[in-house]
Parts: sequence; structure tokens; C-alpha cells
Amino acid sequence: MIQFQNVVKRYPGGQEALSQVSLRMDEGAMAFLTGHSGAGKSTLLKLIALIERPTRGQITVNGQHLNTLPRRKVPYFRRGIGIIFQDHHLLHDRSVFDNVALPLVILGYRRPEIARRVRAALDKVGLLHKEKAQPVTLSSGEQQRVGIARAVVHKPAILLADEPTGNLDPALSREIMELFLQFNQVGVTTLIASHDLELITTLGKPILKLHAGKLVHADPQPEIAP
Amino acid sequence: MSRARGNAPPIHTRFQAWGVNHAQALVFSLGRLYRNPFGAALTLAVIAIALALPSGLWLALKNLQAASGDWDHGAQLSVFVADSVTDPALVQLAGRIQALEAVERAQPLTREDALAEFRALSGFGEALDLLDHNPLPALVLVTPVPAHQGPAEVQALARQLEALEGVTQAQVDMQWVQRLQALLEMTRRGVVLVAILLGLGVLLVVGNTIRLDILNRRREIEVAKLVGATDGFIRRPFLYGGLWLGLFGGLLALFIVGLALVLLNGPVQQLAALYGSDFRLQGPGFSGALGLLGTAVALGLGGSWIAVGRHLREIEPQ
Ligand SMILES: Nc1ncnc2c1ncn2[C@@H]1O[C@H](COP(=O)(O)OP(=O)(O)OP(=O)(O)O)[C@@H](O)[C@H]1O
Ligand SMILES: [Mg+2]
Repeated sequence: MIQFQNVVKRYPGGQEALSQVSLRMDEGAMAFLTGHSGAGKSTLLKLIALIERPTRGQITVNGQHLNTLPRRKVPYFRRGIGIIFQDHHLLHDRSVFDNVALPLVILGYRRPEIARRVRAALDKVGLLHKEKAQPVTLSSGEQQRVGIARAVVHKPAILLADEPTGNLDPALSREIMELFLQFNQVGVTTLIASHDLELITTLGKPILKLHAGKLVHADPQPEIAP
Repeated sequence: MSRARGNAPPIHTRFQAWGVNHAQALVFSLGRLYRNPFGAALTLAVIAIALALPSGLWLALKNLQAASGDWDHGAQLSVFVADSVTDPALVQLAGRIQALEAVERAQPLTREDALAEFRALSGFGEALDLLDHNPLPALVLVTPVPAHQGPAEVQALARQLEALEGVTQAQVDMQWVQRLQALLEMTRRGVVLVAILLGLGVLLVVGNTIRLDILNRRREIEVAKLVGATDGFIRRPFLYGGLWLGLFGGLLALFIVGLALVLLNGPVQQLAALYGSDFRLQGPGFSGALGLLGTAVALGLGGSWIAVGRHLREIEPQ
């Protein structure tokens, strides 16, 4: 589902953010990505979502060779991926419902179907009663959950999360991680960057460790199966 | 992989949704104008004035041309006759001229008639009394048929008349009409130039408005791109935004032109009445109004297209 082969990412004017990273995640697998600040966690996730392009090496995601994917096909590729950020990227000029509905509107669903799916997603994250609220009126935990609802509302095959529990209390963090486990259970390939080692070690999923842009792993090319 | 394909709605739904999407973008972009009434009004006023100015000038020109066309119609030739021609011979000559195909009317004026007319119209009657003989020649006033009113035809007729026996000179009083025509032609080019410059101005105003709009909604664009919005989807509301600016700017311009017409028509009619004319100002007409609106919409769309083309690509999710 996700495959990196000797991937190098060098930002313009910087040193290597990722060097010679190889890994493979099968369909339906779940893993955590950890490492010190600046280790390259966000960079790795951005490469998967084509927010950044690799400097060298091959990346294959969802059957697509990203190196050769033309610009005009990027939107269609991204529709297969749900992305969650630490600062949730919600739009403050519209309601919770409209925020979550955005991917479905883009996909061209009709209003009744959009309403049904948005409510299902909001129900899943426990925020059905907040659908008419404005995002600014929500707590950061609630905002994070709206972000998750938006990332999963169109049923993507892959879910990427960049420190989704960054500033939440331990109980809330665990709740959110358990949400991800549930999505993974229905077959969504899930990769979560987090430095909350204490929490993620209790969840029974493989942990990939990055250090200064290199994967620290017994196996030179870790393979993660469901 | 099967899941990725599984997340799209069926094709007929997507096709319907495409139409709905356009409609939504159209209404949405209109709503944004409505929610920012002050900024929108300012932009619209600038666009409307820039469109109304050349439209007004063009209309003024059209009216001037129409008015001068009226005068054109009145082209006349004064055919002066030698003093040796007697009054009966003059009437005969007028009859011969009248018989010409290009002539509608030929009115003989004897030397006595000419003197009487001059006395009545000029107010220099007493001065004439000082002369011991009538200095005015006899003449025939010739009005060409409408088909022969053009400058070239009238000149040809004049040469033809001058060749007649007893005629000393055929004088066309058209030079000032020709001068006016030349002046109008020059003005017309000036108006075209002004229209092009102001049209360019509208393009830039719309472009800049849409550019600011794009920059203001940078975050929204980033998020939309992140969840898989195509360039077309993102472009649409901005393009429609430009379309609305053009359309409303055009309507406002029409209103301004209409108002100017109403305000000017009274005085113009009074002036025309003083010259014994029932001339009234012409409006742009249906096709003129449609042309103005079409131009306005095209400029609005064009301006937003330029802004969108330049700026949407630069905005990518970070
Ligand atoms: N847009 C950029 N331009 C230049 N350098 C960048 C850019 N983004 C990241 N970097 C550099 O790449 C390296 C890896 O950054 P990255 O954001 O992937 O780290 P991270 O593991 O996500 O860190 P954190 O835990 O603090 O989020 C860092 O040294 C960072 O300075
Ligand atoms: Mg990071």
C-alpha cells in the first residue's frame, strides 16, 4: 500500500531531512512513526500525501508511482488519503458540518448523501450534537476530532496523522488513538506520527523510529503487515 | 486500491453534481459579494464608471452623427445664372434642371426675388438702398433627390449644372458638413481609444479584486487542495466572482448612462426646438445595452481568469 525505496528528501538550502529511507506497509496495516523533533516524521508523511516530492528514490502509494504522477492527477490521488494535522486545518468561516462535508462536496456527492455521511462521521468521533457549531467555539480536543471526521468522511484507503494528540491530555489522547485503531480495524491503512511513546507502546502496533532522517530499525526495510 | 475507487459516487450522480457544483459556485460567489457590501460597492462603482464613460461618449457620438445626418439631408446647390438670362429664360432653365434625374426640386429665383429674400433675411435692407442697382444675380435653388445627397454625387451634379448654358457657377454648401464628418471620425477614434484603455482598467480592477480574494482565502484553498480538489473546482467560485463583478458593473453602467440620457434629453430637445428640429436623444437600444453587458461580463471573466491563472498555482498545502 505504501512503499519507500531509498528515499532521500533534501529541502532547498537544507541538509537531508530524510536519507535512504525504505519501508513497506501492506494494505490494512497500521504503524506509528516516532523520533525526536526534526527527525523527519512530518516530511515522511508529506511525501506520502504528495505535499512534498522526494529528491531521490521511489515512492509507491495506493498503486501509484508518485515520482511519475503528473500534477493534474494529484487531486485524484489525494482523494484516496485522509490527512490529519496537529493544528487540524479547520476553516473558521463555516460550521462543523460544512467543514466535514468539504471532501464529499469535492467528490461530487449529492446533498442528502453528504448529510448522511457527514452525520455518520461526526457520530463516530462523538460530535454529532455539534454539527451546527462554529469551529472556534470548540475545545482543541473537539476541533481535533472534527479534523478526524473530515479525514475519514470519504472513506479513504489510507489515513495519515501528524501528531494528532500533540496538545491533548492523556485520557483524550488515548481516546483519539483508539478511534484510529477502530478505523484500522475496518481496513484503513493507518500511519500516525507521534512522540507520545508512553501511549503508543501500549497499543500493540509496530513503531517506526526516525533519527536524523534515518530509520532506526533492525530490518533495513521494515515490512508492516496487518 | 479497490477502496480508493470505492470512495467516488456513481458516474451519473457525479455528472449531476457537476451541474449542482457550478450552480453552487455561482450562488456562493454571489453570496460573498453580498456579505462584503462596502468593498463590493466600491469595486462595482469603479467598474461602472469605467464602463459608463466610453459608453456615454459613444452614445453622444452616435447622436451627433444622427443629428448631422439630418443636416446632410438638406444639401442644396445654388446655381447662379448670368445677368444676360431673362426671367422667362430663367424659368425655362429651372424646368430643364428639374427634369434631370438627380434633381428633386429646382426653384428659380429672379434677381428681384433674390433681393427681396436678402432684404427680408439679412436685415441689411437699408444698405442695399444705397446702391443704385441690384447687385444680386438670379439663381436656381436645386435640391438633389435623396439618393444623390452624398458629397461625391452632389459634386458631380454641380459640375453637370455648371455645363448648362447661362449658368455661371453651381455652389455646393457642404464643406462644413464634410468638416463635421471628419471631426466626428476623429472623435470616434478617440472614443475607441478611451474605451480600450478603460476596458483594460476594468480588467485590472477585477483582476486585482479577485487576486486579493484569492490571497484572503489562501487557507481554504490549501485545505481544499489537501482533500483532493481539482484546479477547476477551486477556480470556479473565483471565476464566477469575476463574472458577477462584470455583470453588476455593466448593469450599473447602463443605469448611469440611462440617467444621463434622462437628464440631458430635456435640454437637448429645447435646443433642437430652437433650430426648428424635433431631434431627440437616442438611447443605446437593446443591442447596445446587450453589447455593453456582454463586454462587461467578458472583462469580468477575463480579469478573474488572469488572477486565477497567476495565483492559484502558487498556493499549495504546506
Ligand atoms: N519546508 C521546509 N524547508 C526547509 N527545511 C525544512 C522544511 N520542512 C522541514 N524542514 C527540515 O527538515 C527536517 C525534518 O523536519 P520535519 O518537520 O520532518 O521533522 P519532524 O520529525 O516532523 O519534527 P517535529 O517533531 O518537530 O514536528 C528539519 O531539520 C526541518 O528543519
Ligand atoms: Mg512534525
